[in-house]
Amino acid sequence: MSVNRVLDAARPGVRAAVAGRLRWPRAWLERETVFSWLMLTPPLLFLVAFLGYPFCYGVYLSFVNRPVARPATFVGLGNFVNLWYDPIFWQAVWNTFRFTTAATVLKLAGGLGMALVMHQHFRLKGLTRALLLLPFIVPTVLSTVAWQWILDPGMGLFNRLLTYFHLADRGPSWLGNPTMAMVSVILVNTWRGLPFFGITILAGLQTIPAELHESATIDGAGTWQRFRHVTLPLLMPVIFIVTTFSIIFTFFDFQLVYVLTGGGPANSTHLMATYAYAVSMGGGQLGLGSAVALAMVPVLGVVLLLMSLYVRRD
Amino acid sequence: MVGELTWSRRIVGLWIPLAALFIFTLFPFAWMAATSLKGNEELYDPTSNPLWIRHPSLEHYIGLLKESNFLVWIGNTMLVATVSTVISLLLGVMLAYPLARMRFPGAGLLAISVAIAYLVPQTLLFVPMADLINRMNLGDTLSAVMLTYPTLLVPFCAWLLMGYFKTVPRELEEAALIDGASRWRAMTQVILPLCTPGFLSAGIFAFTLAQNEFLYALLFLNTSSIRTVPVGITGELIRGDAFYWGQLMAAALLGSLPVALIYSFFVKYYVAGLTAGSVKG
Repeated sequence: MSVNRVLDAARPGVRAAVAGRLRWPRAWLERETVFSWLMLTPPLLFLVAFLGYPFCYGVYLSFVNRPVARPATFVGLGNFVNLWYDPIFWQAVWNTFRFTTAATVLKLAGGLGMALVMHQHFRLKGLTRALLLLPFIVPTVLSTVAWQWILDPGMGLFNRLLTYFHLADRGPSWLGNPTMAMVSVILVNTWRGLPFFGITILAGLQTIPAELHESATIDGAGTWQRFRHVTLPLLMPVIFIVTTFSIIFTFFDFQLVYVLTGGGPANSTHLMATYAYAVSMGGGQLGLGSAVALAMVPVLGVVLLLMSLYVRRD
Repeated sequence: MVGELTWSRRIVGLWIPLAALFIFTLFPFAWMAATSLKGNEELYDPTSNPLWIRHPSLEHYIGLLKESNFLVWIGNTMLVATVSTVISLLLGVMLAYPLARMRFPGAGLLAISVAIAYLVPQTLLFVPMADLINRMNLGDTLSAVMLTYPTLLVPFCAWLLMGYFKTVPRELEEAALIDGASRWRAMTQVILPLCTPGFLSAGIFAFTLAQNEFLYALLFLNTSSIRTVPVGITGELIRGDAFYWGQLMAAALLGSLPVALIYSFFVKYYVAGLTAGSVKG
């Protein structure tokens, strides 16, 4: 601590000593502000060009009627008015909410369980962790194609097992009816995201000092009480961040639904992201599609705001 | 530490849940492997045990490699993932180093912007991006994805690297400066070499993200010979309503293999990257 303070006091001296030796171009380049901005300019230009500009352009597109390969005409809020009266849009909004809520709750509960199970002493822990994380590593499209085959009504694994063990004459049509399709989409998202929760919460668990548990045990706390009053409060920051991240990425999910159901049957699994794609790329309405995509921003903003308010209240 | 753990408690509290977790997370891979190794007759025989392989056969693998551009797609995926990872690491360092180690006006605001940029999902940007790429005449080229993937990866790499850069004491840099090194030399020869684990974490993470990317690849890569694995498989191996499950599963397994191999070598760094944001705060 005191060493740091001495060095802090010496810092202007360091700067003067360094600057004093140098002549104009070098001395100018060695200044913190100049050096920083010289470094920052290329990545910032890149991000402005390929992130900032597309975003602004997207906002502009949402106010115009812009069919593919034709010039745009300004329509004001027309696209949003159209969406307001579009039942499929509202279905997609409702689906996105159901999907995000159910999948997040399942991933959080399962991930917490996984972390608690993994937070014990056993052999080959590193290997176990690596294997359990596999669903999160493998490209989503590839594992989703495998799930499509698992859920295939005729020859898929689930229905084959049901019939092979005579549990059912004919298994359910996992992707063929609206309710089951939504359940399936949630299941696959949970399968993929659960290890992310598990491993991250495990890392959080490992930062909790063992002494806290020991002293709680000495004070007579049982397993549940230790979990409720020691582990959980200390895990809250980690859980909050993982959940927020997961909500964002689940809310904007595209590839899973696009590959597994394509939004069907009868739009019952369309998320806002897949609907935006269907409108803009399938229907060729770039303006309207942009409006669907932009509609996700306030919705997500409200979700995150409510969550942070809820956490602060505790 | 917890002395009263008996064997029965250990079975209920550890081995049974662990076995359940293993089955839940890994059975799709077993199913992929089983499907890809069965001949079509056995595969579509409703009376056979779905989990058993009676007559192992490599016909689907051979068919996949002969009839489709699969190896080309693997090559494209590797090329695109490598190029965009390198670009992202370079730009990420240039962004993270000043933000983590320098004092200059506007630093706080910039750091927040980087965090927000990380959270902006591509779902929000793909419509204008498609229009832009087409106007730049980059549609249907690998350059289109090499240019757009870093938009997803740069903020992430910068954010992760900032954490690592902050852990190196400022005094090291100052000692180098007093000894006559320029800021550039202090950075490239003193600070950056100390942050190798950070580069490995960011690099391996960016690489897996780039391999996983689908939406931009779907938008920009239409010609078979320039497709990446995910769009190649969904676009060409699923032909109308007729599914070639044997070949599809062979492709899904082979397509996952490069990522899984690289991941297995760098698992420690991958997990470090995964948990860095949420645990270190």
